[in-house]
Amino acid sequence: MNIKKNIALSDSGFVFDPSSGDSFSTNPIGLEIIKLLKNGKSADEIKKHVTSAYMIDENSFEKDFYDFVNMLQKLKIAEGEDKK
Amino acid sequence: MKKLQYERPVITRLNTGVTNKFGTKTAFTPVTHVDGNAVKTLIANYGSPLFVISEQTIRKTFKDANRAFTTRYPKVQFAWSYKTNYINAVCNVFHQEGSWAEVVSGFEYHKALNNDVPGSKIIFNGPDKTEADLRLAIENNSLIHIDHLDELYLIKELAVEMNKKPRVAIRVNMDTGVYPIWDRFGFNYENGQAWDAINKIMLNDKMELVGLHAHIGTFMLSPNAYGIAASKLSELALSIKKKYKKNIQYLDLGGGFASKNTLKGSYLQGVDTSPTFDQYAEAISTAILNAGFIEDELPLLILESGRSLIDEAGTLLGTVISNKRLSDGRRATIMDFGVNILFTSFWYDHKISPAQDFSQYTEDAVLYGPLCMNIDVIRENCTLPPLKRDDHVVVHTVGAYNMTQWMQFIAMRPAVIMIDMDEKPHIIRRRETLSTIESVEMMPEYLKKFKL
Repeated sequence: MNIKKNIALSDSGFVFDPSSGDSFSTNPIGLEIIKLLKNGKSADEIKKHVTSAYMIDENSFEKDFYDFVNMLQKLKIAEGEDKK
Repeated sequence: MKKLQYERPVITRLNTGVTNKFGTKTAFTPVTHVDGNAVKTLIANYGSPLFVISEQTIRKTFKDANRAFTTRYPKVQFAWSYKTNYINAVCNVFHQEGSWAEVVSGFEYHKALNNDVPGSKIIFNGPDKTEADLRLAIENNSLIHIDHLDELYLIKELAVEMNKKPRVAIRVNMDTGVYPIWDRFGFNYENGQAWDAINKIMLNDKMELVGLHAHIGTFMLSPNAYGIAASKLSELALSIKKKYKKNIQYLDLGGGFASKNTLKGSYLQGVDTSPTFDQYAEAISTAILNAGFIEDELPLLILESGRSLIDEAGTLLGTVISNKRLSDGRRATIMDFGVNILFTSFWYDHKISPAQDFSQYTEDAVLYGPLCMNIDVIRENCTLPPLKRDDHVVVHTVGAYNMTQWMQFIAMRPAVIMIDMDEKPHIIRRRETLSTIESVEMMPEYLKKFKL
């Protein structure tokens, strides 16, 4: 799964899709995940990064991560299969 | 290295220029304490969910209401509506403030007696008063508000048999410009039923007609309707004076004042639309004072307000069980309280606040209760920060009707605590247990054993 190449991200969490004109708002952790996905990181790498930086256990994060990724796909910010 | 505070990742589409169907943001300040007690500590000590009653808020609200009426009308008496919340500790706060008791069943009547309310200060309303209830009420010289003719004739018979003169009033229903008219209780004003019933009582020496009662509806957003009701009751009282030379001792305008909750489907918040006590008091007092009573003969004004006096004093603390995503992409959050204990979520869009700090990011969500029933929806849409499992929330303005209409369904009913004037919590109703329910069940001998 990849973040679409033309998606624009601002540091404040504003996300813009120039192909559809849609704009979105995400929180700091959401922005961090989108950036990591954009840099080609895998789900495992992201999990490792987040659980070492934040007060959250692996299982809880995994649940939130897949929900978030589903939303990215639903909102057409991400496309393709999940990168294992 | 110290780890950072985690918040669930959220992303929402921004819509400009169109109305957000989820409405405006509800609350952005976490409510971490209730009357000086930390939500976390209360839940740790008494379990979740937990109803919390604020004694400070009850007394303050009562004083506000009392002040609104007593500054406008010389003789005012409140009677606490038991059905709104009949936990004894709650009733007694109102009795300490000077409220009489207003009951609508034998069960509630006995509750008031057990709380040491003198029988003569119990107002007995409602369509279902058994013969035994009426005997007791007559014996105690209570104020019996007659709902229908069968009751009127039964009281007449009992009066003869007991050789007592019961103190009665009739309940009058009427057109106050608010529809549908509540015409199922009492006798109608416009078609003459009420006047007929009055004549039946006055022409018979067995009962004493001491008052006239009306309860025009519930969650009434129009103070003017009370003005009309007060005028019509006054007119009846003055007609009785003219025909029978008898002064009616009191006019009882019932209850039905709105609380600050937001009714489902309402565009504006309840805090902005519900009338104040002053507005109700102004409409009622003006109507009675202008009706034509001689100053010395002004009747006592009785008010049976329930909801508006207790709703804001009640808070429900709860905990998040889980989050999930619905098939259409909406977020769903499952709470540990449902319609079984929060009956009023059928009527209101309750204001719900998170009980811990969070960032400014929010998400629209459906709030479900824990029941395995499709109807268990607390809020169909609600904007809240990204809550996670075990986070706590505070549901506001739940003091009225929940602790009487709650159901023991699927789960047990939670504990209720009252936080006193010194911010000290007291349990006023214990959490139910399996034995609470099973203590009234019986098992026939032949069903005691089985093999699987």
